[in-house]
Amino acid sequence: MNDDTPREMACQELVDVITGYLEGTLPDADRARFDAHLATCPACQEYLKQMRALVRLTGKLSPRSLEPATVDSLLGAFRRWRDSQTRL
Amino acid sequence: MVLTAETRSSEADLIDRLRSGDEAAFVCLVNTYNAPLKRLALAFVSTDAVAEEVVQETWLAVLTGITRFEGRSSVKTWIFKILTNRAKTRAVRERRTINFSELEDPMEPDQPAVDPARFLPAAHPTHPGHWASPPGIWSASAEDAVLGREAIGVLQRELDRLPRAQRVVVTLRDVHGWPAAEVCDVLGLSEANQRVLLHRGRSRLRGVLESYFAENA
Repeated sequence: MNDDTPREMACQELVDVITGYLEGTLPDADRARFDAHLATCPACQEYLKQMRALVRLTGKLSPRSLEPATVDSLLGAFRRWRDSQTRL
Repeated sequence: MVLTAETRSSEADLIDRLRSGDEAAFVCLVNTYNAPLKRLALAFVSTDAVAEEVVQETWLAVLTGITRFEGRSSVKTWIFKILTNRAKTRAVRERRTINFSELEDPMEPDQPAVDPARFLPAAHPTHPGHWASPPGIWSASAEDAVLGREAIGVLQRELDRLPRAQRVVVTLRDVHGWPAAEVCDVLGLSEANQRVLLHRGRSRLRGVLESYFAENA
């Protein structure tokens, strides 16, 4: 191996840079090493698949809904604000 | 159909309606943003009650500020920045500085994405740093209807247990689907720090789900 040959990416490095890979912020050279490793490593393919599944699953978490009391109290504030505006 | 701020024809229209005292426009805004505002507030202050107060103060500030809002940023960014400023002021009063350092300098030592013991040592003759104990296969179980629903429960619980800064970044990015740039803008984070927090949070959640699927396969 000469000095110009990019170092092969090990699995342990791949799991550290995977978010950059998914975000599209990994430098081109590292992205190429990532893809090259991935092509030959079923375990890392599975890891990437799991990260993507995780993001999809997290997207299914429902943002907590509002207590009716919160809405009422905010609406009260809104009405007071509106009334103060019309008095101006 | 539930109307959200995003599906409205235009922000300008929404602002006009708010200024003219349209209650429905305000309710729409509250329904869209109250939950993420509360989540964000909880990243800075210590209790649910204080977070609730900060969110209420934010809405009042939105009302008093809407007449002066010039649209230099999106309504959403403007509202979340009001919240961030108020929550920080509140946190200073509570002397909770720990979360600021966590948000501004997340480079402090933390757990690696995956336990190093699961990889072959760097000195391994043929496969240094490769999986010694590869990730268990999730197969279709991750998104299977029944197991998927349970997994979502596990995920919610673990998300709530993440360190605050990781939790708020993962929540805004993956639960609420915000783009990275918006999260950086509202939290005052660099792109790199935002990514580190997202990476740590996601890596930890993946690990938890891996154990969960291994036990329930």
